[in-house]
Amino acid sequence: MWHRSASFILDKRENDDVLSSESRRMSSLSMAAETPQQPNPNNPNISAYYQTRSAHHGVVTSDWLAQAQAAVGHSPDGAVTENSLSKTVDSGKTFSVIDEFNNWRKQPDLAEAVAAIRALASVIRSSEATTMMELEIELKKASDSLKSWDTTSISLTAGCDLFMRYVTRTSALEYEDFNSAKSRLLERAEKFGEISYKARKIIAMLGQDFIFDGCTILVHGFSRVVLELLKTAAQNRKVFRVLCTEGRPDRSGLRFSNELAKLDVPVKLLIDSAVAYSMDEVDMIFVGADGVVESGGIINMMGTYQIALVAKSMNKPVYVAAESYKFARLYPLDQKDMVPALRPIDFGVPIPSKVEVETSARDYTPPQYLTLLFTDLGVLTPSVVSDELIQLYL
Amino acid sequence: MDSRRVPRTVSDPKVRQVGFFAPPDRSQSGPNIQFSSSPPVSDLSPSGNSLSPVMIPPPRHLSADLSLPRPPQAPLSPLRRDSIPVGSYNPSEFSSPTTTDFPADDSSSPGWHRRGSSGKFATSLPSAGFEMPAAKQNSFTVSRLTTVSKANVPLGVTDKDGEVQKERTASSKPLKEKTTKAERRALQEAQRAAKAAAKADGTKTATAASGELKSSLNPVKIAKGTSQKKESPPIAATEKKGSDRATDKDRKKDVPHPRMQFDDKSRVEKAKKRSVVKQTEAKNRVELFRHLPQYEHGTRLPELESRFFQLDPVHPAVFKVGLRYLAGDISGGNARCIAMLQAFQESIKDYSTPPEKALIRDLTAKVNCYVSFLIECRPLSISMGNAIRFLKTRIAKLPLTLSESEAKATLLTDIDRFISEKIILADKVIVKHAVTKIRDGDVLLTYGSSSAVEMILLHAHELGKDFRVVVVDARPKLEGRLLLRRLVGKGVKCTYTHINAISYIMHEVTRVLLGASSVLSNGTVYSRVGTASVAMVANSFRVPVLICCEAYKFHERVQLDSICSNELGDPEAIAKVPGRMEINHLDGWSNSDNLQLLNLIYDATPSDYVSMIITDYGMIPPTSVPVIVREYRREYLWT
Repeated sequence: MWHRSASFILDKRENDDVLSSESRRMSSLSMAAETPQQPNPNNPNISAYYQTRSAHHGVVTSDWLAQAQAAVGHSPDGAVTENSLSKTVDSGKTFSVIDEFNNWRKQPDLAEAVAAIRALASVIRSSEATTMMELEIELKKASDSLKSWDTTSISLTAGCDLFMRYVTRTSALEYEDFNSAKSRLLERAEKFGEISYKARKIIAMLGQDFIFDGCTILVHGFSRVVLELLKTAAQNRKVFRVLCTEGRPDRSGLRFSNELAKLDVPVKLLIDSAVAYSMDEVDMIFVGADGVVESGGIINMMGTYQIALVAKSMNKPVYVAAESYKFARLYPLDQKDMVPALRPIDFGVPIPSKVEVETSARDYTPPQYLTLLFTDLGVLTPSVVSDELIQLYL
Repeated sequence: MDSRRVPRTVSDPKVRQVGFFAPPDRSQSGPNIQFSSSPPVSDLSPSGNSLSPVMIPPPRHLSADLSLPRPPQAPLSPLRRDSIPVGSYNPSEFSSPTTTDFPADDSSSPGWHRRGSSGKFATSLPSAGFEMPAAKQNSFTVSRLTTVSKANVPLGVTDKDGEVQKERTASSKPLKEKTTKAERRALQEAQRAAKAAAKADGTKTATAASGELKSSLNPVKIAKGTSQKKESPPIAATEKKGSDRATDKDRKKDVPHPRMQFDDKSRVEKAKKRSVVKQTEAKNRVELFRHLPQYEHGTRLPELESRFFQLDPVHPAVFKVGLRYLAGDISGGNARCIAMLQAFQESIKDYSTPPEKALIRDLTAKVNCYVSFLIECRPLSISMGNAIRFLKTRIAKLPLTLSESEAKATLLTDIDRFISEKIILADKVIVKHAVTKIRDGDVLLTYGSSSAVEMILLHAHELGKDFRVVVVDARPKLEGRLLLRRLVGKGVKCTYTHINAISYIMHEVTRVLLGASSVLSNGTVYSRVGTASVAMVANSFRVPVLICCEAYKFHERVQLDSICSNELGDPEAIAKVPGRMEINHLDGWSNSDNLQLLNLIYDATPSDYVSMIITDYGMIPPTSVPVIVREYRREYLWT
C-alpha cells in the first residue's frame, strides 16, 4: 500500500480544470491519458518534477492549497518514515522502488533526489539478492526505473547516478562475504542519504556569511535551500530585506514571501517583470537551482536567466545555492539545448487556439552570469563545478 | 673538446642560474630524489634532466657530478638556454638520456649520431683515475652504492637509503666548497679514464655485488663498464642513471632543440653543422617571428631523397615518414602522429640491441635520433610530442628481465594500443558526444579540414539528422576542399566559402565545430591559422564554438599568443597563386629586402571564444582542461 503522492493531487486538480476551463484545453495536454493512479511517466508533455514542485511550493488557488496541505498533513514526517520502514519489511516481493520513492517524495521538506536516494537505500535493504552482482544489477534497475519515471528532473537523474557511484565504488567490497558487503553498502547508502539530507544545512551555514546587515536580497522562485539560508541568517540576527519575485505560473514566490514573513523578515513582492526596475536597490541575488551543469551554469526556474542578465549589467552578484547531488553531466549550449520541461500555464482568460504559448518551465543561465555557487562541497566558482564533476564521474 | 668548452664555462652562469632556479622540483636534484622514491620512469620525464648541474644543491652535487664523465660546467652550452622547462617541447624529451658511451668529443660535427666505440676513451685519455683524494673516492663509492640499491628496489625507500644519503651529504658537502674548477676537471677526467679503461678490460666482474663495491673504486668502474642488460640489471640501471645525465648533455648539444630560438645566430650555425637535412635559411623573415625556423622550401626534399640509400642512422621507415612530412603528404595532427608511431613500430621490429648495450638505453637513444630527424623535416606537433613522450615512458619502464624479443613485442603492442585507444577510439567517443549537440535544422560551420569534425558530420548524416554544413576555407592550403568533396560525396548539404565571407555567413550558423592541433592548459586552443578569427566572429554573433580534440593532444603549457611558439610555412605559398599569372605581381620579389612574407601555420584561440571542448572524457568547458591534463598524465604515465 502506498500513499498517493502530492503530484497525483495536482493531476486530479488539473483534470478538473480541463473540464471546466477553456484555457486548459488549448494547452493541449493529454490529460485523458493520465490515470489517477500514478503520475503519468509516459506523458512527456508535462514535467512531473514541476508538478511536484508546484504542489509543494506553488500557490495556485487557495482551496487547492488547503487540499494539498491536508493531503500532506495526514501523514506527518515521522509517520512516513516508520511507515516506509515497516512496509519494506513486510512488502516482500511486491516492493517497488517507485512506490518507495513516492512515499518519500511526499514530504515537502525532502528534496526529490534525497527521496530517490532513500528509496534506493531501501532497495538494498529489502533486496533478496544473494550475490553482489545480483544486488548491483537490482540497484541499477531500480535507479533506471527511477530515472525514467521522470526524465525532466535533473536532480533525480543526477542523484541516482551519484548514489550508484558513491555506494558501489568501494574497493572494500571485494574482500568481504556477501552479508558484510551488503551491510557496508547499506551503510554507505545511508551515509550518502544523510549527507544529502544535511547538505541544505551546510549550504545555509556557508551562505549566510555573505549576507551583511542592511542588505537587500532578491530571490527568485521557491528554493528550500535559499529559504534555509535566509532562515539561518535571520536566526543569526542579521538585518536584511528580501525582494521576492512572484514566480509565475505557479506563483511560488508568494509562498516564499509567506515563509519569510513568518520569520519576521521584511519582504516585498515584485511581479516577475519588475526585476530590472528594482535592481538598483538590490545588493545581491539568491537563486536555487534545478540542476548545475558541467559548464558551471545552472538550470533553474524560468526567469533566472533574465534576472542574471540584468544583475550582470548592473554589477550585482548572483549567488546560487545548490546541493552537490544536483550536479549533472549535462552541457547545454543554449536555451533550447535541454530536455524540455513543460508545464501548463493558467492565464486566467481563454486564449485562442491559434496563439502559441511558451510552456517551458526552466531556462539555462550560463556560468559567466553567476558569481558563486554555495554547495555542500563548499563555496565554488562556476568553473570548479566541472572539475568536481570530472572527479565524481571519471 | 675542452677548447670548446672553456669559453662557455665562463660565459654567463649567473644569467642562467636566474632562469633555472625557479622550478625547484626540476632541478638536477630531481632525478636523485626520484630514484630513491619513485620508479625509474621519472628519469625520463622531461623535467628531470633538462637542467644544468649548475644549480645542483650542494649536498648532492658531488654525487651527481662524480658520476658524470665531464665537468659540470660543460652543459652550459648556449643551446640550452631556452630549455626552461615548458613542457613536452623540452629538450630532454626529445634528446634525453641514455647512451652512455657516446663520443664525448662531438666537435667532429656530423658524427654525433655514430654510436661511439667505448674504446675511444681508453686510447685518448691517460688513465689517471686514482689520483683523487681519498675523501672523494669515498663519497663517490657511496653515492654509487645508493643508486645501486635503489635500482634493485625501485619503489621501496629503505632506511638504508636515507642513511647512505646522509652519509653522502656529510662527506660531500665540504668537498663541494673546496674543489676548484681545475680540480673538478681533473677528477672527472680521471673518472672517465677509469671508466674507459674498465670498459676496455671488459672483465666479467659484473657480478660484483654492492657490498663488494664499497671496498674500492676500481670494481665499480669495471662493473660499470661491463654491465650489460642481461647480466647485471641493477648495475646497468646504475650506469644508466649515472651517465644518462652525462650523455644527456651531449645530446642536448646535438639535437636541435624543438623550440630552438632561431634568431640566435651562433646557435643556428651549430645546429646546422649537425643536421642531417641540409637546409637553407630563408632570407627575409618577419621581425617578430625570427625565432622560428624558416628554410627555403624545395631545396631540402631532393637533397634528402638522393640520400635515401646512404647508410644513415635513421631507419628507412622513419626516413620515409620524414620525407612525407617535408613534402606535405601527411598533414593533420592525427595522421602525422599515427604515421610517426607506425614508423617507430617498423624500426622497433627491425631493431636489435648492439652488443654491450642495454635495450632500454640504446632504443631511447635511437628514438631520440629519429625524433631529431623528424624535427628537421618539420617541427613536431604537440600531439606527436605527447606520443613520443608516451613511447619513451614505455621504453623506460620495460622490465629489465624481459628478453629483447619480448621487450619489442611489448612496445609494439603498447604503440598499437596508444593508436587505437588514444586516437581511434577517442575519436569515436568524441563523435558520440558531439552528435548529441547536432539538432535538426542546424547550420554547422567548420573551418579547414579536421578529421574529427569530418567524422562527426558524417556520423550525424548517417543518423539521418537534417542539417547543413558551411565549410569555410582559406588560402594557401585550401584544405577545406577535400573535406567538402568528401561531404558532398556522402550527400551532406554544404556551402563553401572563404574566410573573407565569415562575418556574412555567420548570421545563419547555429554551431561552429572546429578541430584543434592542441588545447593548452589555460584553455587556449592551438589550431590551424584562421581558427581564432572564426571563433572570434562566432563569439560576437553568439554562436557556440565547439572544439573537437582528443585528450592526448592536451598539453600543460600555457600560451597567450601565437608568436612564441608557432610554425612558419613556405612564404612562396602566399606570394604566388598557381595558375593565375595576371595576379602574380610578387614574382621574383620575395627576395627583396623591403618585403617580408609571413605564412603562419597555427594560431592560438583564447578560451573566451570557446564554448565547449569535446574530448574523449566528455564535454568540458575550457576551464577544465588542466583537470584533464592532470588525470590524463597520470593515466598514461603511470599505468
